[in-house]
Amino acid sequence: MSATGIGASVKRKEDFRFITGKGQYTADVNRHGQAHAYFLRSPHAHATIDAIDYAEALKMPGVCAIYTGKDLADDKIGGLICGWMIHSKDGSPMKAGGHPALAQGKVRYVGDHVAVIIADTLAEAKDAAEKINVSYGVLPANADTASAMTSATVHDVAPDNRVYDWHLGDKAATEAAFAKAAHVTKLDIINNRLVPNPMEPRAAVGEYEEGSGVFCLHTTSQNPHVARLVLSAFIGIAPENKLRVIAPDVGGGFGAKIFIYAEETVCVWAAKKVGRPVKWTADRTEAFLSDAHGRDHVSHAEMALDANNKIIGLRVKTTANLGAYLSTFSSSVPTYLYAPLLSGQYNIPAIYAEVDAVYTNTSPVDAYRGAGRPEATFLVERIVEVAARERGLDPAQFRQMNYITQFPHQTPLIFAYDAGDFNASMVKALDMADYKGVGARKAASAAKGKLRGIGFSSYIEACGIAPSAAVGSLGAGVGLWESAEVRVNAIGTVEVLTGSHSHGQGHETTFAQLVSDRLGIPIDNVSIVHGDTDKVQMGMGTYGSRSGAVGMSAISKALDKIEAKAKKVAGFVLEAADTDIEFKDGKFTVKGTDKTIDFGSVALQAYIAHKFTGAQLEPGLKEGAFYDPTNFTFPAGVHICEVEIDPDTGVTKIDRWTAVDDFGAVINPMIVEGQVHGGIAQGIGQALLEGAIYDKDGQLLTASYMDYTMPRADDLPSYKLGFTETRCPSNPLGIKGCGEAGAIAAPPAVINAITDALGHENIAMPATPQAVWRAAQKAVMKKAAE
Amino acid sequence: MYEFDYHRPGTLDAAVKLAGEADAKILAGGHTLIPTLKQRLAAPKHLVDLHALRELQGVHLKDGHLVIGAMTTHAHVADSALVKAHLPGLAQLAAGIGDPHVRHRGTIGGSVANNDPAADYPSAVLALNATITTNKRSITADDFFKGMFETALAEGEIITHISFPTGIKSGYAKFPNPASRYALVGVFVAQHGADARVAVTGAGANGVFRASTLEAALKGNFSAAALDGKSVSADGINSDMHADAAYRAHLIGVMAKRAVAAAH
Ligand SMILES: Cc1cc2nc3c(=O)[nH]c(=O)nc-3n(C[C@H](O)[C@H](O)[C@H](O)COP(=O)(O)OP(=O)(O)OC[C@H]3O[C@@H](n4cnc5c(N)ncnc54)[C@H](O)[C@@H]3O)c2cc1C
Repeated sequence: MSATGIGASVKRKEDFRFITGKGQYTADVNRHGQAHAYFLRSPHAHATIDAIDYAEALKMPGVCAIYTGKDLADDKIGGLICGWMIHSKDGSPMKAGGHPALAQGKVRYVGDHVAVIIADTLAEAKDAAEKINVSYGVLPANADTASAMTSATVHDVAPDNRVYDWHLGDKAATEAAFAKAAHVTKLDIINNRLVPNPMEPRAAVGEYEEGSGVFCLHTTSQNPHVARLVLSAFIGIAPENKLRVIAPDVGGGFGAKIFIYAEETVCVWAAKKVGRPVKWTADRTEAFLSDAHGRDHVSHAEMALDANNKIIGLRVKTTANLGAYLSTFSSSVPTYLYAPLLSGQYNIPAIYAEVDAVYTNTSPVDAYRGAGRPEATFLVERIVEVAARERGLDPAQFRQMNYITQFPHQTPLIFAYDAGDFNASMVKALDMADYKGVGARKAASAAKGKLRGIGFSSYIEACGIAPSAAVGSLGAGVGLWESAEVRVNAIGTVEVLTGSHSHGQGHETTFAQLVSDRLGIPIDNVSIVHGDTDKVQMGMGTYGSRSGAVGMSAISKALDKIEAKAKKVAGFVLEAADTDIEFKDGKFTVKGTDKTIDFGSVALQAYIAHKFTGAQLEPGLKEGAFYDPTNFTFPAGVHICEVEIDPDTGVTKIDRWTAVDDFGAVINPMIVEGQVHGGIAQGIGQALLEGAIYDKDGQLLTASYMDYTMPRADDLPSYKLGFTETRCPSNPLGIKGCGEAGAIAAPPAVINAITDALGHENIAMPATPQAVWRAAQKAVMKKAAE
Repeated sequence: MYEFDYHRPGTLDAAVKLAGEADAKILAGGHTLIPTLKQRLAAPKHLVDLHALRELQGVHLKDGHLVIGAMTTHAHVADSALVKAHLPGLAQLAAGIGDPHVRHRGTIGGSVANNDPAADYPSAVLALNATITTNKRSITADDFFKGMFETALAEGEIITHISFPTGIKSGYAKFPNPASRYALVGVFVAQHGADARVAVTGAGANGVFRASTLEAALKGNFSAAALDGKSVSADGINSDMHADAAYRAHLIGVMAKRAVAAAH
């Protein structure tokens, strides 16, 4: 392993720029003559718009224009779309209500877009907004997931607010398993709604160049090409060749920046109408209200065990809140990104899952770090833990006796797990966590008047979100391959144009490590280019932990072609057949001789083209590749959380955290550990701290950091991380992906630990001090009664 | 933010004059006022910044009292050798306000004038029976706090300093709101001879208040054990999404005990 190659903890190349404040984010983009957009948002969760009077507002100083939904409709600008078709049990398509970028006749959540005010300054736009008179006909609000189907209708296409009722699995086989079960464990589970909160709020700068007729949109996107595709093909801003989308440095996304939102649509459209660049930057309140939220499931689960405590069946019924409109990929999250994971790491012969997705008068809900997989993992790992406790079994052993041990393994729900060694991770984690010593530690805590508990999470997830044909058959509107172009310059430096998009992941480092490793050139000779549709060929972007497994595989494929072509060039220079050329450590050598030439010289020869004719070989050294995987990838692992609870206050302190993950091949251990740390932090956030709360009128009560609890450093423990490795067989690099694992694994580990400490009381997330104190009181009373 | 005129007077007299103008607002650390302005929830015509008034800054010991200038930052109080020596509980309280940024901007005068029902300082001011001095008069703590965000201050009246009696055994325990880290419940206890004063912040539906049952329990026996089994009624205690009245009432008992145990 070289110091900068695959497997080396190379310091992140991009961090100098970020740490010294030299990053270039969308909000840093300022154009001559730009105007500022301010969105007038609905204060009501549900209301008809009976009239909008903005005559006075238009006369306010600095105002260039005010637009409403009518102006978009007059310009034939289409609504925002949902790109994944889900069919109900009866085969009918999901009921997609219209999603105009600016409301037409009705608002459906607090924060919904009523009008845009474009003015010389933001302050002037806000001043003008205050002069707009909107007559609302306030309607009853429907803001609760569990009761949504009997609540006020959000979209006429779905009178009972049901977007779809979908199912997966073999119902009859599952019923049969339950009929012969020796024990059935039942559990009600709520997966709390989260607000993504990337550090950089969303922003957009729309421009229109009159001379060329080209639009340009700078935006905070995880997938600029998909944004361009949607803005062109569905929303109708301009054909793709007349629309450039640039996602420059992006400060975190966690999924919320995958989607195509109203604000960027309006900014780029309005740039032409007002004849000036139009800029918008969300403030934090707008981020809370209008970024797509995550999770929000209400489920009931039942698990059947036979007399030997083997799991023989699982059935699940889930209601998933999709909010007021179907966001870009929302429909896939509680279906194909969720239910297929319900087998977990376990050999479960029969599983049946039903999902009702519902509209409510709340912010749209879509993919958020893990997207469906945290919801599945939470459900599986909670019910497994509870089943073990009900059967009086050690929760680690119960898991071990139900693990899948043979690979490949076809689960009853779509996925074929290709590789893994679940027990290896468990054994290693038990050792690292000193599981044997937990009894003594519990006693020590008890002596201090504290309650100690330990909780497991034995998770598996599916990453890459591919192959394209497979996701296509499940309803995806797009293919989920990735692209790369490797451009070798004449002196042997390299640019890689990738369809992946880095918004914190460190691609400029890890992708360069791959290239440096493969071509034997210094890492500083490699530049990674991404995020600009004018520079980079069509790509699919970054989400679903796919940039390593899919994005780097595309680069690897392009590098194969580079090597093949370079060997041909070397063959002409060294006067040997290309099949006789070996490439190693950056040198081309004629097999069995000392005739050799380095990579840089071959690159030069490729461009000066003096040693071969055009008929023999094309000059140049540049290759592209599209990589479509043959399977999902399946990262898996075991997390063990140990908590100590103060029963007087209900404060839960996470005392120990052990994570053993199998991510397949690891390119940069430091970056992977960082991803695990961040993921666990978000998972702990969900378990202990975070939760979006709407009141019955649909007002978001947790719309700022005064009320929405983000994890802080002192909420988190020091993590003990370990790795096991089974290579992913379906991609050339053996990578499984690591970006979401922590957020997927962590919540059940925390809740299992808390319920262990409390004597098996169920507790909802977030397990706030108040909730834990209440549960502890109950546990104490139960104990006293016994 | 709406437009306003910014003033930075060099004398207290000038400040008083400016603060007396219609629609004037005093600006101290700005950590409450500026967010309010940014959200367009207030529209003053004049902001009167007190930062140039050196006489409003710093901590002094005078006649057995710690006199703290209104413009003294939380960080200054937390680090002050005088405060640490004479009222360590007060230094500890200041050290637990917000985060370093907040502590280096926020001021004791701003906090007390604002009387946020979840702010820390009001509990210390009330439990120690401090005196709030303004450009016009001196007001005892018992007469100063009038309910949520309300005080005895008149329009344009400027707090110049706050003086705390010393030689009093006292302590503070705070249960932070998990999100904002203001006090969900904060209890400041102080021993005044045989009597005790117990002031509770964060929990009262009307802002900071004295917990009479706990004061009675501590009378003549200022010890954590004296609070065993003593509780506070949930009546008049705040309920919100972070904590209901019963939980807050329970926490008052727990925090009071911890404050007494930590007192010195
Ligand atoms: C992120 C954050 C976290 C915080 N956490 C905490 C916490 O944990 N605990 C806590 O107690 N506080 C907390 N605060 C509040 C902060 O510590 C300040 O106490 C508070 O902002 C008021 O002080 P200031 O100097 O900033 O006053 P300003 O915001 O400048 O003024 C506040 C009000 O007081 C008036 N005023 C200011 N000075 C005087 C004066 N001398 N005479 C008369 N009127 C005056 C102003 O006109 C205004 O109405 C937090 C604030 C923030 C932003």
